[in-house]
Amino acid sequence: MAASSATAPSRADPTELTRDQLLELYYWMRLTRSLEERLVNLYRQTKVVGGLFRSLGQEACAVGSAYALRREDVLSPLIRNLGSMLVKGATPLEVLRQYMAKGDSPTRGRELNIHFGDVDDRNFIGQISHLGDMVPVMAGVTLSFKLRRQPRVGLVYVGDGATSTGAFHEGINLAAVQRCPLVVVVENNRYAYSTPIGRQCAAERLADKAAGYGIPGVRADGNDVVEVYRTTKAAVDRARRGEGVSLVELMTYRRKGHAEHDNQSYVPAGELERWARENDPLDRYAAVLTGREGVPAAELAAIDARIGQEIDRATDAAEASPPPEPRDCLSGVYADPAVMPALWYREGIQSAVERHERPASWGTHDG
Amino acid sequence: MAEATYLEAIRQGLSEEMERDPDVFLMGEDIGAYGGAFKVTEGLQARFGEGRVIDTPISETGFVGAAAGAAHMGMRPVCEMQFIDFVSCAYSILTNYVATARYRAFLPCPMVVRGPSGGYVRGGPFHSQNPEAAFLHTPGLKIVYPATASDAKGLIKSAIRDDDCVLFFEHKYLYRRIKEELPGADHVVPIGKARVAREGKDLSIVTYAATVWKALEAAEQLATEDGLSVEVLDLRSLLPLDDEAIVATVKKTNRVLIVHEDTVTGGIAGEITARVNELAFEWLDAPVRRVAAHDVPLPYAPQLEDFVLPQTGDIVRAARWMARY
Repeated sequence: MAASSATAPSRADPTELTRDQLLELYYWMRLTRSLEERLVNLYRQTKVVGGLFRSLGQEACAVGSAYALRREDVLSPLIRNLGSMLVKGATPLEVLRQYMAKGDSPTRGRELNIHFGDVDDRNFIGQISHLGDMVPVMAGVTLSFKLRRQPRVGLVYVGDGATSTGAFHEGINLAAVQRCPLVVVVENNRYAYSTPIGRQCAAERLADKAAGYGIPGVRADGNDVVEVYRTTKAAVDRARRGEGVSLVELMTYRRKGHAEHDNQSYVPAGELERWARENDPLDRYAAVLTGREGVPAAELAAIDARIGQEIDRATDAAEASPPPEPRDCLSGVYADPAVMPALWYREGIQSAVERHERPASWGTHDG
Repeated sequence: MAEATYLEAIRQGLSEEMERDPDVFLMGEDIGAYGGAFKVTEGLQARFGEGRVIDTPISETGFVGAAAGAAHMGMRPVCEMQFIDFVSCAYSILTNYVATARYRAFLPCPMVVRGPSGGYVRGGPFHSQNPEAAFLHTPGLKIVYPATASDAKGLIKSAIRDDDCVLFFEHKYLYRRIKEELPGADHVVPIGKARVAREGKDLSIVTYAATVWKALEAAEQLATEDGLSVEVLDLRSLLPLDDEAIVATVKKTNRVLIVHEDTVTGGIAGEITARVNELAFEWLDAPVRRVAAHDVPLPYAPQLEDFVLPQTGDIVRAARWMARY
């Protein structure tokens, strides 16, 4: 794995990236895509227990934006932000174990896919399926930074669909009023499940919603990883300076269905092919690196090969992982009590009957 | 020591916990300079500053969600619902996000959601609700509903110190109607423990919140007029329920009347009845019965509200029926 320092260089232009950093961006994007391709194979082998969610064509959004954060900053990813979690330190092994519902997965088999987090060290928070809810949660995470005078920033993703929710509105409005150090990234991939953007929102630009909250809203090409990084970095720096919330709309395109089962029958003919051919973020970035940046193609191929080996090793380890212990399902609902009791019929009916204190007669008893 | 009302007891509890722990802070609508719709937080912003008593926009989902985020980071937020009727606006984020955080993601979520609840105050359909049962079947939440000033103080302190989310229902009818001398800053009431409010041997009334007082009135009347010895069990905590105390009172009196102000269908009495059936069936001399609100939205006019809600006379009538059974 590449060194995962996502700290920006200390130079005049804070968004300028070194050659190593440019290659690191490539590494994370390629890792995202290759890991998802491996998951597709495992899904077809029925080794993935639930659904599979792809971020094909959106890797630049996730990677470029998360790369603008420091380790102590908190990230709140969504289902198409696998890349941002990898940048934040999630490992392919964790992701594979999670999809395969293993007992040593980050959630011990309790949650699906990339719904997991770590707030003790790497600082990303597991999402829930109710879209928009992470915005108020991240308003509170960043409110705590403000109250404690910590120089930390939060970044929360929503899709075009989630901008329609009440939670999005309440969360961003509260954060704006409180001037929380929060960046809200709206990843506009033009579809929420099967619903196209035009049926989601009558506004031309989702970035314009920012005006209603009294915060800046900017729009960037979500398939240009360096532009994503620079745009997000400016918003992150602004938040860290104590200037409050920003909204960043990243224009991209969802090239796979909502999940792997979705055949995308609702997509106009030719649209998918056009985006794959003309606007693939990895193809575009590889061309920039081998062209303007003068990186030899062999160097990129070596990164690809290294990623392949990493994923092979992680797959072997994940497949060897044990399933969860069934009774672990009863622990950790509360701090106290730490374990919920199994219901009586799971203890064996005979023992439950024996344990039941049974009087000799009915109703009022002597003594 | 001077006597304090139920409302002042809650304020004292909040204030002492804020004094004790700098991570405790309050969020809600109009709770700062104004001190809240009922003045529960009056004076707290002046004392602790705007950073610890935060006025929020009208956004229950927003600030309950924000409380969760701050709690993940180690703070201990207390959210005020201006009226508990509005907690339904935060129902999704409470049940889906907050209640599951520890289980699905190992995220600590120590926070309190509190607010004025209940009727008998001519508040109409949206300022009188008792929505506690809506949260009863949400693993991950705890629910308390004190009936006395000292329990209100002891339970708000326990709720703030608890490592999970506690819904703290406070009865607005009791806010300024009851007062007592309060114990000091080290007084806490454990969550999950009921209290015998009156000892008796012929019949048990299991109840909580404002109807504890109606049950006590009924018990007094039944003692005087019927010579009946009625035990009153004040649950104090609804999630978890104190099974031990419920079973103990069933075994003692063999007759159980459950009284609550919430509507009868789907109310907590149903759950208690099921537990009595499972745990103490053979000790019963009579069927378990309920006195609760009729299954209608709570109307405004005194004549209507009084009919819908359980009254002391209803409890007396029901208890007599049970005693004769």
